[in-house]
Amino acid sequence: MIARSRYSIAIKRLKDVEICVPIVYGTMAFHLGRKASESQSHRWTVYVRGATNEDIGVVIKRVVFQLHPSFNNPTRVVESPPFELQECGWGEFEIAISLFFHSDVCDKPLDLYHHLKLYPEAESGPKSTKKPVVMESYNEIVFPEPAEGFFARVLNHPAVVVPRLPAGFVLPTPVPIDSVHGKGRGDTKNHPLSHWFMNFSEADELLKIASARQQVQAHIIKLRRELNMMNGLPPPPNPASGHDYA
Amino acid sequence: MDAKDILGIPKTQLPTTQEKKSRPQKEPQRKPDGISREVYALTGGLAPLMPSIDVSQLKKRPPSDEKITWQWLPFTNSARKDNLQLYHWVRVVNGVPPTGDYSFAKYNKSVDVVKYTDEEYEKYLTDPMWTKEETDQLFELCERFDLRFIVIADRFPSSRTVEELKDRYYGVSRAILIARAPSPTDVSGHPLVKDPYNVSQEVERKRALSMVLSQTKHQERKDAEVLAEAKRITDSRMASRAAEEPEMPVASHVGSESADRAVVLGDTVSPSSNIQLPSATVVPSTSIIADSASTLASLRMLRVYLRTYALEQMVQAASSSAGLRTIKRVEQALQELGVNLKPKVPTKAVCAEHLELRKEILTLLNLQKQ
Repeated sequence: MIARSRYSIAIKRLKDVEICVPIVYGTMAFHLGRKASESQSHRWTVYVRGATNEDIGVVIKRVVFQLHPSFNNPTRVVESPPFELQECGWGEFEIAISLFFHSDVCDKPLDLYHHLKLYPEAESGPKSTKKPVVMESYNEIVFPEPAEGFFARVLNHPAVVVPRLPAGFVLPTPVPIDSVHGKGRGDTKNHPLSHWFMNFSEADELLKIASARQQVQAHIIKLRRELNMMNGLPPPPNPASGHDYA
Repeated sequence: MDAKDILGIPKTQLPTTQEKKSRPQKEPQRKPDGISREVYALTGGLAPLMPSIDVSQLKKRPPSDEKITWQWLPFTNSARKDNLQLYHWVRVVNGVPPTGDYSFAKYNKSVDVVKYTDEEYEKYLTDPMWTKEETDQLFELCERFDLRFIVIADRFPSSRTVEELKDRYYGVSRAILIARAPSPTDVSGHPLVKDPYNVSQEVERKRALSMVLSQTKHQERKDAEVLAEAKRITDSRMASRAAEEPEMPVASHVGSESADRAVVLGDTVSPSSNIQLPSATVVPSTSIIADSASTLASLRMLRVYLRTYALEQMVQAASSSAGLRTIKRVEQALQELGVNLKPKVPTKAVCAEHLELRKEILTLLNLQKQ
């Protein structure tokens, strides 16, 4: 533990600064139609991508997909973006996805879990080989106290959400990481399957929640007024936030 | 053979031909004489277990060729100073009474109280608070009462506290020891020299002890509550910090002053997180704030986490005081409002809003209960 603390003292971290990497991960499964067999009815892809299809290889070094033990070599390692894996099979199971970060980012991996979906909800007649069954989840990787070097390196990268630092803040010169990027682009903007990607818009959800909050707040005010009338007290002022008192 | 009997009888459920043969043989043999059959049956129908060792097998004491008598004889005790003669029974062997001192004389131990000469007193031992006369009296009493300071304090002519007496005695002994030693290093290992008597510390210690002893039940309970709370907080912080940061020195000793108790704990809690220590009369909202604050702190300790994980933790912290039924009602309310129980697009803003919405629903439900 002493050795560890010496190591972390050597790295300067930015307190109260949060680096966030929005990602989408999931599976896409195509029925093989006439080419389907008993043991291989679908071809599916499991992947992790940037939520805006930017290259997350700037943060993620490698991804390990842990498949069902019935697969050969169920531990599949993908060393460079796009972090995806294609396989053929017949069964649905849970895939464990481990994200390993670059050494200046974080030395601990982050685990995600995703259920491989092959069959659509509705029994919509003959299975189409053209339209995949898509199951994606949106999430954000949060680094609460990022190292200065990491921050400097990803400061302007489109895949990363970085807050603005106060003016005059001096950062070290970014050290580029060695990447295995030889075979082309890491972003998924022009990915062959990109037109099947789901859209995640926070605006809709925000709107829904905001309107719900308004309704609840109105209820609260009404109830408080009623309660105070019952207790013979004057009506309370409108509270700014809901939990001033129990 | 006895063991076989014991085994033979329970095995009546699964008899083997061998057992069967021996059993009827044994049964009539076992009818006892001397006690009636019913009484014998009380023992369980078995003969009582006899010890396997026959008395005749025990080692006999070798016949001694000494003639032992016991005689009522006088004796003296070397521990006594007055030559009093008492009588007791003595084991006499072949007409020769035992020799040697009274066997209990060796237990008469006494303390070696230092004896100083007048010159030594003038040179090393003068003290503004003590006259020579008083010091002499003290030492005489110490000798007489074997350093039982409670008794000495009681007997001491002028009123002095036990601590003062101890201080003077140990101070004088220490000074004499150092003065008489050929060189300082000879005595530096002596406990008197190494750890001198500390009056103020002793006074304080005894005061603290008496305070603890005289605590009312109410105070005891409050103490236990506060300590448990502190333990809970340090445990949760320790768990999230394990293997990452160096441990913050959380000194959790509670002073015995009842007035300072909360302040002492507040001071020793780490400054980087502003967790308020809730008192026993806590309002539910402050404990929710404490939980949320400690959850935030523990999240910050992680190197990396998912936004959904953070939201789950915060939701859990906010509903920590709510029962299962309340939580279900919150979820029901969310569904009625058309909001996803787990946000589909968990961005920072969405999660924050979602958390606030949940808290507001809790507030509403609490109000509705009234």
